[in-house]
Amino acid sequence: MSSPAIIQVTDLHKTYRVGEVDVPALRGVDLEVKAGEFLSIIGPSGSGKSTLFHIIGALTPPTSGQVRVADQDLAAMTDAERTRMRRRTVGFVFQKFNLLPNLTARDNIAVARYLGGSDANKPDPQFEGALSLLGVAQRLGHKPNALSGGEQQRIAIARAIVNRPAILLADEPTGNLDTENSRAVLEIMRGLNQRLGQTILMITHNPEAAAYGHRTVQMRDGKVVG
Amino acid sequence: MTGKLVLENLKHRPLRTMLSTLLISVSVTLILTLVGLSFGMSEESQHRQSSIGADVVIRGSTASSVISFSSASIPEGAIPKIEQQPHVKMAIGVMNHSLDFPLVATGVDLPRFDAMSGGFTYVDGGPLKKPDDVLIDKDFADQKEKHVGDSITLIPNQPWHIAGIIEPGKLARVVVALKVLQQLDDVGNKVSQIYVKVDDPGDIPAVIEELKKLMPANDIRSMQEYIDAFSVTAIKGVKPFLSVMISVGVFSGFITVWLSMYMVVLQRTREIGILKSLGASQAFIMGIIELEALIIGFTGTIVGILLSLLAHWLIFHFVPASIPMVVKPFWWPIAAGIALVASALGALYPGLSAARLDPIEALAYE
Repeated sequence: MSSPAIIQVTDLHKTYRVGEVDVPALRGVDLEVKAGEFLSIIGPSGSGKSTLFHIIGALTPPTSGQVRVADQDLAAMTDAERTRMRRRTVGFVFQKFNLLPNLTARDNIAVARYLGGSDANKPDPQFEGALSLLGVAQRLGHKPNALSGGEQQRIAIARAIVNRPAILLADEPTGNLDTENSRAVLEIMRGLNQRLGQTILMITHNPEAAAYGHRTVQMRDGKVVG
Repeated sequence: MTGKLVLENLKHRPLRTMLSTLLISVSVTLILTLVGLSFGMSEESQHRQSSIGADVVIRGSTASSVISFSSASIPEGAIPKIEQQPHVKMAIGVMNHSLDFPLVATGVDLPRFDAMSGGFTYVDGGPLKKPDDVLIDKDFADQKEKHVGDSITLIPNQPWHIAGIIEPGKLARVVVALKVLQQLDDVGNKVSQIYVKVDDPGDIPAVIEELKKLMPANDIRSMQEYIDAFSVTAIKGVKPFLSVMISVGVFSGFITVWLSMYMVVLQRTREIGILKSLGASQAFIMGIIELEALIIGFTGTIVGILLSLLAHWLIFHFVPASIPMVVKPFWWPIAAGIALVASALGALYPGLSAARLDPIEALAYE
């Protein structure tokens, strides 16, 4: 792949303070993800993959090391700058879907558009096309509690890509889904990657799910091991 | 979008929203009702005094404030001397006897009072004739369900015969013969206050000047000055009372909203985490918590105004002879301001807590 790197992680460390004890979560991670790549990160619980996800997603700052995402240095960012980055540069898909329960599917997506600085009511033909690809165009008027797990995750994906982020970050996106819905969601993600060139970084426990990516990176004990 | 998010949040927990609104409305009702009662008491007193037809009021030397009735300390013998003063047309003495608060029985020499004031308007029955006769106003009669000819006990072991029912608003709700009340209270020939009518309103200052020389120990004022002293802003203690009530309203509204919005933040920690993951700023999170509190404050104000109108209706229909309550619409925006300030302040800490939540911890919140 000759595309430029959209994520560059060098000697990344992250240590959490739990009570009076320092707990190292990342112990020198090096990683490079090229634009348009679909990367799977696999590893056991406690391997540090979620921490890596949170740092790349600008949810928390690194303790040390370099992290560049879409030409932005995350290590040097303030809280407010990380907040701004989350609006348009990254989109999240979570294991528990994390839709706002009080809002309809349409409004969940509209909130992301609004926070991203777009007019939530302005039609977006390209996004409407993506909604068709996700197969949820008929379910937009429902609230999350009226949607199946598969439908909720598709809405979550729609919300994650509505602002055309440089990177789609997916944390165990099939962890709460049955086999059929898991396959459908993974196919959707592969479709987004292939048709729209969406860069995807997916964390998973499941080797079958990881196989949907172009390549798989293994983590253990806070390091990339393969 | 912010408004929609806030409205959907309010709709999502209708019981919490309703209870918070009701608690805010209680503060608003409390303020408006107490203000209405204060103004009602003041305006009723002003109306009662102004309808007597006097130009000058002489009160006992023991009178401390306008709303306190002095004991009967002025000898009746002063009345003929007052009437001999230049420009004085006539003078009458009255005596007050406090019944169950706020009720007062007033003893008058009825023919002389009629001559000064034009007399009472009788809804039923007629003037005082026998020593145990009493006149009561229509509000009191309705409240007690009494009619002309009925017996009524106003003072323990002292039954009165209702001779007439009068239109409310003049002098007092309960009127008896002056001599009878003087005997009952064993005050001899003394009165609580003397009302003086002068030949011409332009003579009032000169008459007051002369009366002050005649009765230097007494409180002597023009009726206008006396009436003005009954205004809410002039009565000592009313302004501090209203200030205390407003403070209580602000405090209780503040605590209500604080608790309510703190609950909101606890219940919605995960949702706040979701919004943060989408790039919501601290100001945005703070804004939705504040806006939600302000909507509760505003709705609480509307409900509070309606409840104060209900309180007015209940007082008017069921206890019309108690402290009168008036509706003061100019206090509605003041009450709204109080409720909104309390709501905004109450939401400050919960809003800041929500805005400062760590997005990862918030997303992990179960």
